[in-house]
Amino acid sequence: MNIKLLLTIAKSLLLARWRQTLVAAIGVTFSITMFITLLSFMSGLNDLLDGLILNRTAHIKLFNEIKATKDQPIDLSDKFKSSYHFIHSIKPSNARQEIYNNGAILKALNSDKRVKGIAPKIIAQVFYNVGAIDITGVINGIDVEAENKLFFFNDYVTAGNYIDLLNVPNSIILGKGAAEKMLANIGDVIQITTPKGDRIQLKVVGFFQSGLVELDKVQSYCSLTTTQKLLGKSSNYITDIQVKLNDMTTAPVLAKEYANTFGIDAEDIQTANSQFETGSSIRTLISYAVGITLLIVAGFGIYNILNMMIYEKMDSIAILKATGFSGKDVNTIFVVIALSIGFFGGLVGLLFGFGLSSVIDQIPFNTASLPTIKTYPINYNPKFYTIGITFSLITTYFAGLFPARKASKIDPVVIIRGK
Amino acid sequence: MSQIVLQAKGINKSFHDPITIQILKDINFTVNKGEFVSVIGKSGCGKSTLLYILSTMDTDFQGELLIDGESTRNKKEGQLALVRNEKIGFVFQFHYLLNEFSVLRNVMLPGLKLGKYSEEEVEHRAMQKLKILGIENEAHKMANQLSGGQKQRVAIARALINDPLIIMGDEPTGNLDKKNGKIVFDIFQELAQEFKQTLLIVTHDNEFANSTDRIIEMEDGRIVKL
Ligand SMILES: Nc1ncnc2c1ncn2[C@@H]1O[C@H](COP(=O)(O)OP(=O)(O)OP(=O)(O)O)[C@@H](O)[C@H]1O
Ligand SMILES: [Mg+2]
Repeated sequence: MNIKLLLTIAKSLLLARWRQTLVAAIGVTFSITMFITLLSFMSGLNDLLDGLILNRTAHIKLFNEIKATKDQPIDLSDKFKSSYHFIHSIKPSNARQEIYNNGAILKALNSDKRVKGIAPKIIAQVFYNVGAIDITGVINGIDVEAENKLFFFNDYVTAGNYIDLLNVPNSIILGKGAAEKMLANIGDVIQITTPKGDRIQLKVVGFFQSGLVELDKVQSYCSLTTTQKLLGKSSNYITDIQVKLNDMTTAPVLAKEYANTFGIDAEDIQTANSQFETGSSIRTLISYAVGITLLIVAGFGIYNILNMMIYEKMDSIAILKATGFSGKDVNTIFVVIALSIGFFGGLVGLLFGFGLSSVIDQIPFNTASLPTIKTYPINYNPKFYTIGITFSLITTYFAGLFPARKASKIDPVVIIRGK
Repeated sequence: MSQIVLQAKGINKSFHDPITIQILKDINFTVNKGEFVSVIGKSGCGKSTLLYILSTMDTDFQGELLIDGESTRNKKEGQLALVRNEKIGFVFQFHYLLNEFSVLRNVMLPGLKLGKYSEEEVEHRAMQKLKILGIENEAHKMANQLSGGQKQRVAIARALINDPLIIMGDEPTGNLDKKNGKIVFDIFQELAQEFKQTLLIVTHDNEFANSTDRIIEMEDGRIVKL
């Protein structure tokens, strides 16, 4: 009963000064709108930039690195344990990039619950023959379907159909830059030289554009079998296993585990791309900082307007107190006023924020390096909306707290005598 | 013996700004139920100061105040607010209505705050009070649309809404012309005679004071005649 009465009193006071109320609410609305838009846009941009790398990067990459053995031969002998070792640089011999026994590894990974999917891969250094000149290139032999499922291969094939890699024998999808250098069109046959010196002809079935221009000048894609054939290897030859996990954050731990159990090198995404994490977290931090600053500014607006309102309503407050409303009641009334400005201003702000983000989402954004993106990226994460309304309530609450306390302390005798 | 509604025991009050001056000196008196008491005295003798203490709004004094037999000494701010709400109706010299509300709502607010009756009942009672004061036709106007005399009658209706033990007034006619002042006096008389309402009214009007049951005369912070 009491709280309902206080609410109606708060409402009447608010509506009696609806212009002021509106100004205060517009302040909140504006800052929440900007907060939502800024975060949605920034976070959309983050996702896009991260996706540029993260979508296409394995959470864990298993491979054999060519390097000197950790245990130099002389270390193995007990005899020289306490001696100084002059012979310490036995170079690697018989270096093989191939992952041994990969059938067993693939099987083990496939049955691992923490793994979302795996895609085996062969990386082959080749030369693209352009007339008399040879250009260095890299052919990625991929499991076409797995690659598409895990790394959205199709998104980056800008011309042709990615599945033709499987359907057309001896086919290749060329990096856009490489294709331009070779003047190759879809349907053309190009010639490459393998590391062993064999010349092989491949049919172009598509172009690939990653968004990283340097990469596109070098990289091309073939199916696993085509690559094995052109390297003259057996059908179980692979050089890399790309693992995608259910939970990306576990990658560093699992990478160590796999390196130990399988006895090969394992690199996790966090180590390989640490700079991206920092970039996005700083961008997020900045957007939050700006958004919250806006809210605090709006909070000061509310604080001012409430202070003014209390000054104007001195008489009313004195009367309420003289007729039996306690200081606590008066305090509640003004806190309710502040909170309702925050709540309604914030609510409209959420709507406007959503509207403005949708508008930005429609603005065309075409760039050669991002073939899949047609408009500005927006992330409609409900989290931003929750944070927005929570913060608007919190700031307005604090903005209202001090004026409300002041109002509750007003001594009716002073006011009544003052007339 | 009739029931004591209000009792002042040895009330002293000083202001300390800028120098300490004692305004009220050893005030002792009682008001009985159904009594119509007026307080008179020269300007500046402390009538208003006393009334603010008696109405529990001012707690900064020495001595003891009993309302309905209960001391206000150890009551907290919230409890005193409740006492004012339930037992005291106050009419100021200036009408002091809430301009954000209609006349009816102004009268209803203390009743709603008390929460003894449902909203419909409070509204019904407020209409009755307005009728007693002859302004039921103005009930749905906004408070600031009334004349001074009408406003003062609304303030009296508001003071009556919770059927208080006592109505206090600090020169309730001081701001009205003669005609309106007379109307308000007559209303107080009627309340005292017909409804046996206890009243304690500060006034400058000796003619009015003479028509009350009892006159308390003050001089320099003391009661000189009970
Ligand atoms: N806040 C205050 N600080 C200091 N002195 C005060 C204060 N309030 C009132 N006084 C003094 O107390 C004395 C009594 O004031 P009070 O208002 O009670 O007089 P009053 O009898 O009501 O006079 P009036 O008939 O003119 O209304 C006055 O001399 C006044 O100057
Ligand atoms: Mg006075």
